[in-house]
Amino acid sequence: MAIEVREVSKRFGDFVALGDVSLRVGDGALTALLGPSGSGKSTLLRIIAGLESPDSGEVVIDEQNVTDAPARMRGVGFVFQHYAPFKHMTVHDNVGFGLSVRKRPKAEIRERVKELLGLVRLEGLAERYPSQLSGGQLQRMALARALAVQPQVLLLDEPFGALDAQVRAELREWLRRLHEEIHVTTIFVTHDQEEAMEVAEQIVVMNKGRIEQAGTPRELYESPGNEFVMSFIGPVNRLGDAFVRPHDIEILPSVEGVGTEALVERVVHLGFEVRVELKLHDGRDIWAQITRENAQQLELREGQILSVRLPAPRVFAA
Amino acid sequence: MSANAARRLGVRMLALGYLALLLGAPVGMIFYRTFEHGLAPVWSAVTAPNAEHAFWLSLEIVAIAVPLNTIFGIGMALLLERGRFWGKGLLGLVIDLPFAISPVVVGLALVLVYGKTGWLGDWLTTNGIQIIFSVPGMVIATAVVSLPFVARETMPVLRELGIDAEQAAETLGASAWQTFWRVTLPAIRWGVVYGVVLSTARALGEFGAVSIVSGRIEGQTQTLPLYVQDRFENFDSTGAYAAAVLLALLALGTLLAMNLLTRRTRGRTAS
Amino acid sequence: MSPPPNSQGALALGRPRVPAIGARGAGALGKGLLGIYLSALVLLPVAALLSKAGSGGTSAFWREISNPEALAAIKLTLAASAIVVLINAIFGTLIAWVLVRDEFPGKRFVNTLIDLPFALPTIVAGVVLLALYGKGSPVGVDVAFTRASVGLALLFVTLPFVVRSVQPVLLELDQAMEEAAASLGAGPATVLRRIVLPSLAPAIISGVALSFARAIGEYGSLVLITGELPFKTEVGSVYIFGQISNENLPAAAAVSVLLLLVALVVLGALSFVSHRRSRHVR
Repeated sequence: MAIEVREVSKRFGDFVALGDVSLRVGDGALTALLGPSGSGKSTLLRIIAGLESPDSGEVVIDEQNVTDAPARMRGVGFVFQHYAPFKHMTVHDNVGFGLSVRKRPKAEIRERVKELLGLVRLEGLAERYPSQLSGGQLQRMALARALAVQPQVLLLDEPFGALDAQVRAELREWLRRLHEEIHVTTIFVTHDQEEAMEVAEQIVVMNKGRIEQAGTPRELYESPGNEFVMSFIGPVNRLGDAFVRPHDIEILPSVEGVGTEALVERVVHLGFEVRVELKLHDGRDIWAQITRENAQQLELREGQILSVRLPAPRVFAA
Repeated sequence: MSANAARRLGVRMLALGYLALLLGAPVGMIFYRTFEHGLAPVWSAVTAPNAEHAFWLSLEIVAIAVPLNTIFGIGMALLLERGRFWGKGLLGLVIDLPFAISPVVVGLALVLVYGKTGWLGDWLTTNGIQIIFSVPGMVIATAVVSLPFVARETMPVLRELGIDAEQAAETLGASAWQTFWRVTLPAIRWGVVYGVVLSTARALGEFGAVSIVSGRIEGQTQTLPLYVQDRFENFDSTGAYAAAVLLALLALGTLLAMNLLTRRTRGRTAS
Repeated sequence: MSPPPNSQGALALGRPRVPAIGARGAGALGKGLLGIYLSALVLLPVAALLSKAGSGGTSAFWREISNPEALAAIKLTLAASAIVVLINAIFGTLIAWVLVRDEFPGKRFVNTLIDLPFALPTIVAGVVLLALYGKGSPVGVDVAFTRASVGLALLFVTLPFVVRSVQPVLLELDQAMEEAAASLGAGPATVLRRIVLPSLAPAIISGVALSFARAIGEYGSLVLITGELPFKTEVGSVYIFGQISNENLPAAAAVSVLLLLVALVVLGALSFVSHRRSRHVR
């Protein structure tokens, strides 16, 4: 189901959470709302869900104006940042809650819960309580619960924020594969650009209540529309008004007349790549990202003087 | 008005209505009745000799019982939170016992121990000590009913404090007493104060236990609450109301203190 | 003041490490004093009470509590207390809800007022209720000397228990749970019934237990407004007082012990239930 947000604004007291935001999410798309805290991404998500109402503007889901409809009538599945488990119910009752509210027969609920627990790989845990589950398991239960009522739209609010790195990586992969299987229109909120780049088909970058740019991960990386997007997506060196990506910097053995002279201040080996912190001839500091092989070839070490070739820097109109 | 807002308003009115009928109106009524005929009759009622005696007796009893309970309460709290021994749960229950016992039963139990025919009756008579039907008995009765407060309010604060600061003090050479006085006590002081406030309110208002233990002798063993009953039974409603209002004002003062202190201790109530 | 000895030095001198404050701070003397205080005030009196109640053996005990007047008083106490705590469970939760989730001018004042029954002497509570709901009532409601007055007084003195028990739990309740239920299609009534109330149940039960224990022992507020009429408005505590005045201590002790046992059993049972219900929530 396609989602459309038209000129939505929302403020909390004096704070403008969203200023005239418009957005289109295609049917079956996997979209990320990406931005720093306070950018309005969670607020936008909650407005789409019906958990908040906009001060002005409209929300349209599947060609129907749902702006005034409460959350429970929108057919959206919502997964909360801290999972919001019903602590006094078993996993089975949690997942089956939406169905029992719709008065489905017990046998049907049991069947569906079993199916979903299998899908999220929590079989065997049906009679446990949330307090007995790990973070990753709780997250998957929350997902199963939201999917149980076959929502038209799946919304996730920083779904992996509270988990540790390893579990996060696994669940990201898992969400991607789940989406391939189920094809529900999915929107998730994150402040982690790596996560957005890895999982989403479309990324909407937000800042201070506005949408900065929307596009595929590649588009955003290669053709950022402004300096915020460029700095937020991917690492960046800032030289005055110009922006240069660390891995676009070429490091060569010191040769007269080629590139600029630079002093190697620090070499950090990050396993698969090497990060080189350099001081340019004019005193400015930049850092470059190169491969292991490249580093070996150059016999990189601190104190070395090398040549550095910068690509055409990107400058954005003020 | 939307259904949501109407529902919300309805619930609010129901709750406030209940409170108004049960608490607000009666309390308002008593103030009205008392001052209905002006300040003068109230003043003369409050300054009647028996009233004055009752007032000072109440204060005297509280001034003994509460500090005793405070020391006991802090000691018990320390023992239960920092000590290591079996039976902590049981000890906690014993301390909480006064909450489960009717004040009348407290009075009875004390008479059974300290009365002339009580367990210690002979020993006390031989040594010329009068507890029941005298002020000491009333002090004990008051202390019993207000016993648990300081301990109960101090324990959680102690628990939250943890032993880190105390251990740090030890490593710096402080003795146990120094650690207690300079590290522990200042850290738990608001819990203690809150407990003292509750304890004082309970002690001032004690009626049933003191009623039994005192013999209710006018001008000698009447506390202010007992005085209220006495005036009522003698159809002196002005006197009764005046004393009641005095006690009510003290109670409101307690509420105020509780409210101010609530911010300082673990936030117990919603604001 | 001399500089504190450094711990290294203390060890070197062979002085034992100062142990945790509780174990040694109270010291043997301190522990002894605490023990004496506790004995003098609680242990000894309770022992004497139990002894007196059982002094005639179980037959005497039984005789005392099955005395018609005693029975009537006990029945009235238990019945009135049970009804009152039920009302408290409902209204107490309602009031806690309004204090936590609602906003209105004067809320803080109302919140403070809830503790009034805790702070007010019970005799004054009785006087206060009598002024409005007794003879000469300005609103024409006179419940003095009726059974309703028992309920009224008990409602007054037990008001804060459920409210104060529920408030902190409600405060900490994660509203995301309610939002999750709403997003899954639950209406407000369903959310209340299946999400909020079950989460509050342990606290409500706890408050009910405390209310009940308080109610069955209540005395001061009942003295004036009920008229203490035997077989009509005489509650257990008033009966006990009467027996003490008549120097019938075994009778007083018997009924006292019965009430005490009921209080302890109820507290114990409800505490157990409350604990069990909350074991997955914490």
